[in-house]
Amino acid sequence: MCRVLDLQQAVLAKNDACAHTLREELAGRGTAVVNLLSSPGSGKTALLERELTRARERGVPVAALTADLATENDAVRLARSGVPVKQVLTDGLCHLEAEMLGGHLDGWLPAGTRLLFVENVGNLVCPASYDLGETLRVVLASVTEGEDKPLKYPTAFGLAHLVLITKTDIAAAVDFDEAAFRANVERVNPGAEVVRTSVRAGEGVGVLLDRALAAREGGPAHIPVMTRQSHHAHDASADRVGHRDTVGSSRS
Amino acid sequence: MHEMSIALAVIDQVESAVRPAGATAVSSVRLQIGELAGVVPDALAFSFQLACEGTVLAGAELITEPIAARARCAACDRTWPAGMPPRLSCPGCGGARVELLSGRELRITDVSWHDAPVPTPTHEER
Repeated sequence: MCRVLDLQQAVLAKNDACAHTLREELAGRGTAVVNLLSSPGSGKTALLERELTRARERGVPVAALTADLATENDAVRLARSGVPVKQVLTDGLCHLEAEMLGGHLDGWLPAGTRLLFVENVGNLVCPASYDLGETLRVVLASVTEGEDKPLKYPTAFGLAHLVLITKTDIAAAVDFDEAAFRANVERVNPGAEVVRTSVRAGEGVGVLLDRALAAREGGPAHIPVMTRQSHHAHDASADRVGHRDTVGSSRS
Repeated sequence: MHEMSIALAVIDQVESAVRPAGATAVSSVRLQIGELAGVVPDALAFSFQLACEGTVLAGAELITEPIAARARCAACDRTWPAGMPPRLSCPGCGGARVELLSGRELRITDVSWHDAPVPTPTHEER
């Protein structure tokens, strides 16, 4: 006899629950997490090193955890800021998950840390799906990556509380069309703040730190449209569109 | 590619759900995948097939139901298919107070299996 179990479970429910618990636990300790996402080579580490240094100079207790498939190079660079830094090697995994992050914080995260910056694995696809218990999700894109990056990676950009443009000092050399980039962000994430930064030219210094501190106090200033419907949404069948069939490809 | 992680999460949840019900061989799993879920159905199907080996889901069919992304403007009440890449600012009034009605789903809807038929010799597990 054929049996059918009506399950109705979100696939990422376990990660989402871990993320929720982590967010609450850390909030109880006065710590807010900032999750940084970008392609490899966008300049996450350079910008983060600058912001960590600024935090130390301003006396704001911060820490950073950086994830890579291999090498401890980023931790070495970030440690130059003088704040506590931890390298996580994912052994080939393309993203961090909330449970992994929680495990790495046990026994390491210094008491009194106000902000924990998590430099995710350089990848704009996979990390987008995993809530790490962050209070602020920041997506970075360098001017060399092209104006259409937000359209190519709509989930990553669509879920960002804040978007940073990096390496603006070389924008002219690579013909970066900033207006087009901003319009593309607006299309997938209307209302999201987009800030210009350059580590070399000293542009946007302290913006990441300021936004992170503000989010720790009052939550993110911007709530992306895409977060207003979660995987958990148990929508009525009236909301369903598309056809029930076996998918070959639903992509365009 | 995180589809393998997604496949493992699906298998884990299905196993936890069907074992208490006595299922020994799942025949199909139905999954809703929203356009904006960030999951590639083909890649997931491939990972699923590999990851099912040696579990009660071995050989199970993964049936995926695509869910189109739709949005609604709170200001002018217009609804529209977001498309891909999605347009999440209102195409009518340009407003940003937009609600996503669908498209982020990544959900197991149901699981099917056949009760072990008495006359057929069954493959005993463990």
